[in-house]
Amino acid sequence: MTDFRLTDSTLRDGSHALAHQFTENQVRAVVRGLDAAGVPVIEVSHGDGLGGSSFNYGFSHTDEKLLLKAAVDEATNAKIAVLMLPGIGIKEDLIDAADIGVEVARIATHCTEADISEQHIALAKDLGMETVGFLMMSHMIPPDELLEQAKLMDSYGADCVYVVDSAGAMTIDDARERVGLLKANLESQVGIHAHNNLSLAVANSIVALEEGVDQIDGCTTGLGAGAGNCPTEILVAALERSGVDTGVDPLSVMDVAEEVVRPLAPNQGVIDRDGLLLGYAGVYGSFLLHAKNAAERFGVDSKDILLELGRRRAVGGQEDMIIDVAIELERRAAETQASA
Amino acid sequence: MYKLLKSDMLSVEAMIGIDPDSDGLARAKSEGIEVTHEGADWLLERADDFDIVFEATTAGVHRSYAPKYEQAGLRAIDLTPAKVGPNVVPVVNIEKAINRPNVNMITCGGQATVPIVAAVNDVADVPYAEIVSTVASKSAGPGTRQNIDEFTKTTSRALEEVGGAAVGKAIMVLNPAEPPIIMRNTVFCALAEGYDEEVVAKSIIDMVEQVQEYVPGYRLKSDPVFDQGPYQTPGGPASARVIALLEVEGAADYFPPYAGNLDIMTAAAARVGEAIADAHAEHTS
Repeated sequence: MTDFRLTDSTLRDGSHALAHQFTENQVRAVVRGLDAAGVPVIEVSHGDGLGGSSFNYGFSHTDEKLLLKAAVDEATNAKIAVLMLPGIGIKEDLIDAADIGVEVARIATHCTEADISEQHIALAKDLGMETVGFLMMSHMIPPDELLEQAKLMDSYGADCVYVVDSAGAMTIDDARERVGLLKANLESQVGIHAHNNLSLAVANSIVALEEGVDQIDGCTTGLGAGAGNCPTEILVAALERSGVDTGVDPLSVMDVAEEVVRPLAPNQGVIDRDGLLLGYAGVYGSFLLHAKNAAERFGVDSKDILLELGRRRAVGGQEDMIIDVAIELERRAAETQASA
Repeated sequence: MYKLLKSDMLSVEAMIGIDPDSDGLARAKSEGIEVTHEGADWLLERADDFDIVFEATTAGVHRSYAPKYEQAGLRAIDLTPAKVGPNVVPVVNIEKAINRPNVNMITCGGQATVPIVAAVNDVADVPYAEIVSTVASKSAGPGTRQNIDEFTKTTSRALEEVGGAAVGKAIMVLNPAEPPIIMRNTVFCALAEGYDEEVVAKSIIDMVEQVQEYVPGYRLKSDPVFDQGPYQTPGGPASARVIALLEVEGAADYFPPYAGNLDIMTAAAARVGEAIADAHAEHTS
């Protein structure tokens, strides 16, 4: 019995960092490595979850259902998980995933909108899948309000409810309070999904463990949206050094990170100004590459786009707002120039 | 109700509810309209007194009553996702509403975005259309929230069947920001080779003006944006795409102005009612 359960999301959250261009061979290689290293759950989906392939979020290179089949095929011990956001994916996507052999369904909503997940959590349970409720942008509301939303997911039948720091905006105290409060009041398990914008992903995961968290997410090399996720290999190494039983072989997972994943994104782990700003301003991490593209397309600064998105309190899924903001900044710049 | 009260062609004769204490019934009563809390059975008993019923209950209720309305000679304009009758968007296919016992108003997102897809499809080949509809959390009722799949599926189908895209995809996002955000819709249309940018842009702008006739708060946030591809879309390869960013501010007749989603739905339904009344008047004169 390990002290918590690790879910590696390199092949889901990491999809953001690669603009959703994972190939079947890459998926096979990552699953093979992580499975052999002892990682118990591996998540595979478009970055924005099942059905995310779109103009708004970016089209997948390879149909995610082919990638899921490949992952299920490669895994010997690990369970394969999917992410699904009601409003983007639909129930049929969950049914297809269950048919392929996916064993864990993670249903994600913005932290204030848990009630839209009721039917999807119930369906996943009916399909015999282990089910996780995933409260994105958990930093945006106070712990007591987050608890109310978590209780809804708990009541729908979720086996675990996650505190999800989509913007990498949580301080150590933020993470501790939220996980602690949920642990004390939910019947379901509690998980944490940390991002590294403030360089706190490993620290926040460790403090969550001190509060009794049951499940922790990581991505090898940190490959993921924004400044990246909690790096699986670093988390495992740090926890082993702290005497925590992770169930994962540190040296093997380091090899997967270095030899299989690092070549896909050699600069992963660098927290540049945009990455840091997401955490500082509390902006959804997946907006990063879209904001950089829009900045180039409309000749404005990505920094200004991200700050404006923070001011407007944009939530996950509103990638279309980036174009809107970029056009407005372009217009404002033109007006300033004309009046100068 | 307030939209219908403004109409020169329709006369609101009764408001039917099931909760005697509902705010809607109280407001109808204060406007001098006959009210009842005895539900649709009351209407069936008095069917000869009315021509058109606007139904905004739930898909389940509408499905069970739709055949009874038809039998009783009542025309039904359905604001639920029951999909008993054909999908209608007033500026695109109002003719489908005439002489049908039942008409479906799709979804708020459909009413806001299908016109744009139809406008592009009029002047170019649209292999794939995608829309993102973002509404204030407060303006999405429990029915919508629990059945969010209904929204995405019904809207996707309307992008194809009414808008004319070969493949359609709809996404819905709820935003809880305070003060609540105004309803936003983004329409992406894939463009096959051979389109004319100016013609496509003009078609979109003209369409927005037509929708504004019944939804004054419907507007483009900027000129249509054209991006060069190529794109591999679910409907096939496309050489480019056009993006229309739309905002729908409600008229604040009853719902607050941010709830443009509710406003466009009721305004479109009222428009359909007027078209039916108009056809009926011509027929009988």
